[in-house]
Amino acid sequence: MTEMSLIADLYIARADVFLALAALALLVIGVAIKKQAMPIVAGLGVGALVAVMTMVLQQDNGDQPVTLLGDMLIYDRFGVFMKCLVGLGGIAAIIMGARDLYGHVIARFEYVILVLLATLGMNLMISSNNMLTLYVGLELQSLALYILAAFNRNSLVSSEAGLKYFILGALSSGILLFGISLVYGFSGTTSFPLIAQTLAEQGVENIMPMVVGLVFVMVGLAFKISAVPFHMWTPDVYQGSPSCVTAFFAMAPKVAALALFIRVLFSAFGGLYDDWVQILYALSLASMVVGAVAGLVQTNIYRLLAYSSIGHMGYILLGLIAGNVEGMSASLIYISIYLVMTAGTFAMILAVRNKENIAAVNLSDFAGLSRKSPILAYGLAVMMFSMAGIPPMAGFMGKLFVFKAILSAGHITLAVIGVITSVVAAYYYLRLIKIMFFDQPSSADHYQVRESYVLRWITVPAFVFVIAYIAMPDRLVYEAIQAAASLY
Amino acid sequence: MLDVTQFPILSFLTFLPLLGALFILVIRGDDQDRVRRNAVNVGAFVSFSVFILSLVMLFQFDGSSADFQFVEQSVWFAELGLSYHMGVDGISVFFVVLSTLLTPICILLCKQSVTTRIREYVVALLILETLMIGTFCALDGILFYVFFEGVLIPMFILIGVWGGPRRVYAAFKFFLYTLLGSVLMLLALIYLFIVTGTTDIPTLMASPIAASAQYWLFLAFFASFAVKMPMWPVHTWLPDAHVEAPTGGSVILAGVLLKMGGYGFLRFSLPMFPEAAAYFAPYIFGLSVIAIIYTSLVALVQDDMKKMIAYSSVAHMGYVTLGIFSVNTHGLEGAIFQMISHGLISGALFLCVGVVYDRLHTRDIKRYGGIVKNMPVYATLFMIFMLGSVGLPGTSGFVGEILVLLGAFQVDTIMGTLAATGLVLGATYMLWLYRQVVFGPAEHKDASAMKDVNWYEKIALVPLVLMVLWLGIQPNFVLDRVGPSVEKLLNEYYMSISLPTDELTRL
Repeated sequence: MTEMSLIADLYIARADVFLALAALALLVIGVAIKKQAMPIVAGLGVGALVAVMTMVLQQDNGDQPVTLLGDMLIYDRFGVFMKCLVGLGGIAAIIMGARDLYGHVIARFEYVILVLLATLGMNLMISSNNMLTLYVGLELQSLALYILAAFNRNSLVSSEAGLKYFILGALSSGILLFGISLVYGFSGTTSFPLIAQTLAEQGVENIMPMVVGLVFVMVGLAFKISAVPFHMWTPDVYQGSPSCVTAFFAMAPKVAALALFIRVLFSAFGGLYDDWVQILYALSLASMVVGAVAGLVQTNIYRLLAYSSIGHMGYILLGLIAGNVEGMSASLIYISIYLVMTAGTFAMILAVRNKENIAAVNLSDFAGLSRKSPILAYGLAVMMFSMAGIPPMAGFMGKLFVFKAILSAGHITLAVIGVITSVVAAYYYLRLIKIMFFDQPSSADHYQVRESYVLRWITVPAFVFVIAYIAMPDRLVYEAIQAAASLY
Repeated sequence: MLDVTQFPILSFLTFLPLLGALFILVIRGDDQDRVRRNAVNVGAFVSFSVFILSLVMLFQFDGSSADFQFVEQSVWFAELGLSYHMGVDGISVFFVVLSTLLTPICILLCKQSVTTRIREYVVALLILETLMIGTFCALDGILFYVFFEGVLIPMFILIGVWGGPRRVYAAFKFFLYTLLGSVLMLLALIYLFIVTGTTDIPTLMASPIAASAQYWLFLAFFASFAVKMPMWPVHTWLPDAHVEAPTGGSVILAGVLLKMGGYGFLRFSLPMFPEAAAYFAPYIFGLSVIAIIYTSLVALVQDDMKKMIAYSSVAHMGYVTLGIFSVNTHGLEGAIFQMISHGLISGALFLCVGVVYDRLHTRDIKRYGGIVKNMPVYATLFMIFMLGSVGLPGTSGFVGEILVLLGAFQVDTIMGTLAATGLVLGATYMLWLYRQVVFGPAEHKDASAMKDVNWYEKIALVPLVLMVLWLGIQPNFVLDRVGPSVEKLLNEYYMSISLPTDELTRL
């Protein structure tokens, strides 16, 4: 590789390079400021992510995908779409962190650095065109997330969450790596296009070891998007981690892992559609059912949202089962809407705090919220209706698209089960609304709404989006279809 | 003269209440009383304006045409090919007016029955009005679904926040029950979309669906409309919801929301799946007759006033399904008339219950009695609605029921006879209720000491009395306008089921 082409390649990857440099620079800045570094670093971190997103959007010149560094990374419209979502998730997480950790002993600027590094890892995952970049990106993300989960080092549950996440995450990474090695052993390559080529050249009778490798890869990835039955860590980690970290977990890593899922399944193993669709079918079905049923008995808001996200992942996988541009674009639309709903929900939950400035964790802490702060209660109610997929909220449109995709593909049973689980899940979303609106706060209740201006940067746009999306749905759909089409 | 061909009157009707709701939400002030009063005044003003506007629409409506009128169509969702398509025909126009009539009445009376969070109550009612009008005007399947399903949100809040002691249970039951029915309809709508490439209702009506698919699609739509209607045996959410809902919620629920099911049958099930409708019609006949007789008997043994009227609603809705699925002119016109009449009468009956409930705070029939002496005006008004519900000639209830029975007798004499017994049962429990509450011995001092209806209540109830009597004497005002659309529906229906099946499957 000549020096010129390396520079040209790095220029194409300038968003990722910038993000890496920005994270390092912020680390230096944070260390230099020492005291009270968090607000400044957080502001700079948001600025860095905005700059990254701007670069990502500029990157999209023409519809032709560009590969670089010897086909290691790929830059296409799909990547642009997903990176924008991850960027938004990162920004939301930093803003929430600035509020959630404010005045807390753990309000350390490293939080921002870790979020940025995790975002960098996710961007690499999204751009990966090779098993190795996939793995490196995934590990960069995961290592940052392990630390974030245990970020509240004074808290036993947070350390437990971090440890649990680390052990199970390492296990799943091991399984993933094992799968990759099987695939490599069979095809002699780790590059997605070359794997696809090998598959096409080999006869059907020769692909069995490849399928075994694929199963291991999928298990590893299913862990990352917390699809049932690889979801066990999710409720515990959601519960134990600091709230803002949980919000981050619920947003950006899901997007990145979904991007990986799509890249691996469609770019590399598109030829094995008939084999992997069965696994996806089971994952999706189980996620929808468990996400709906297990959520019914939760009393902790974070565990509830964990099961909610598991259920949503089930719906998102529906689009992949359809296995065409329509299905994939439906998944992309769904996850975009999911991201906004989740950001709004977490930001609103974070505003409910007790005297010690600790965010509410139990559902009962929200009792009577509609009297304490009607605006917040209505906002949260709108988010819950949206999560339940009730029109005219945005969440309904997400469900509309995945169900259309899955019905076009002929999976009527799956669609019927999907709508029924959505009714079951509606129960626990309604329960939060019931607690906020119908219940009286207990006398010992000391949770108040402590709003802050920073959170409004998330809640207001998210609320407006969820309410008004139905009026102008075209742009997002257009972008999602373009992004999905760029993979073909 | 207002040029209605250019003026987007349906959009105004639909979204004006929403604007009013937004306006009420931004009312600020330190004086809570003033804020409350302003909220109610703004709400009453907006909803009354909408009512006037809907009357303008009704009188501009060309009753001799079966086409959709005041049609608005603009691109809503270019990527999917969905359009924002609104319009009314003879079937839907009266439901729009019914919605706009009942909402101002509920808002007017909210000061009486609601003591807390009046502002939010008015906002919920206005949002509900937007969604109701939208449901009846929408001419795109997905748009219809958005309105149809969106109704659940304000109704859930209405029951849950301002309801009675078991409000939480009732609100959840209402929400989840109807949601479960509706999501199956959503799947059927999406399936239709995939097969025909459109969700535009007029286009869907004209495009034949393969007979094999029709049965499943019909059942999916049926699941939604039967729950909404509600038909026996999926009616159990209704008594709970009615009993717990505040007066305004009950009025809207009985007056308008139940009609969405019947409207859905007329708009979707009959024209789009004629073969399946013809196949399932006898079963639905059976269910309707069971509903009429069984729920009338259940109503007989209630001692809660609201519960009794709720069960009577299920029985009256039985007539509606009976009329719709006899699929002839009398049956269909009767069903539509019955729905309008029931909307007025049951709404008014719930208001009447609300009047005494606000004074005594109990719905137990035994706690009342002998109130005629102190409340003569109330007794008169209540009597007219009661007789309307019984179906006395001269009231609107009579016209609807007699037309439905005429239609049913043309299809099946035995079923018609059985359904006719419902009239007797209906008279039994309503007269009993009236005797117990209004006449009877004045055993309870507090009951017989209640004050007669005040001006607010008169303003709310008198127009309804006039409507009930006027429609009973002049039913042609409605029937003339409904007629052409019903004829068109019937013609297309019989044309498609006379087509040989194999020809349909090829399409």
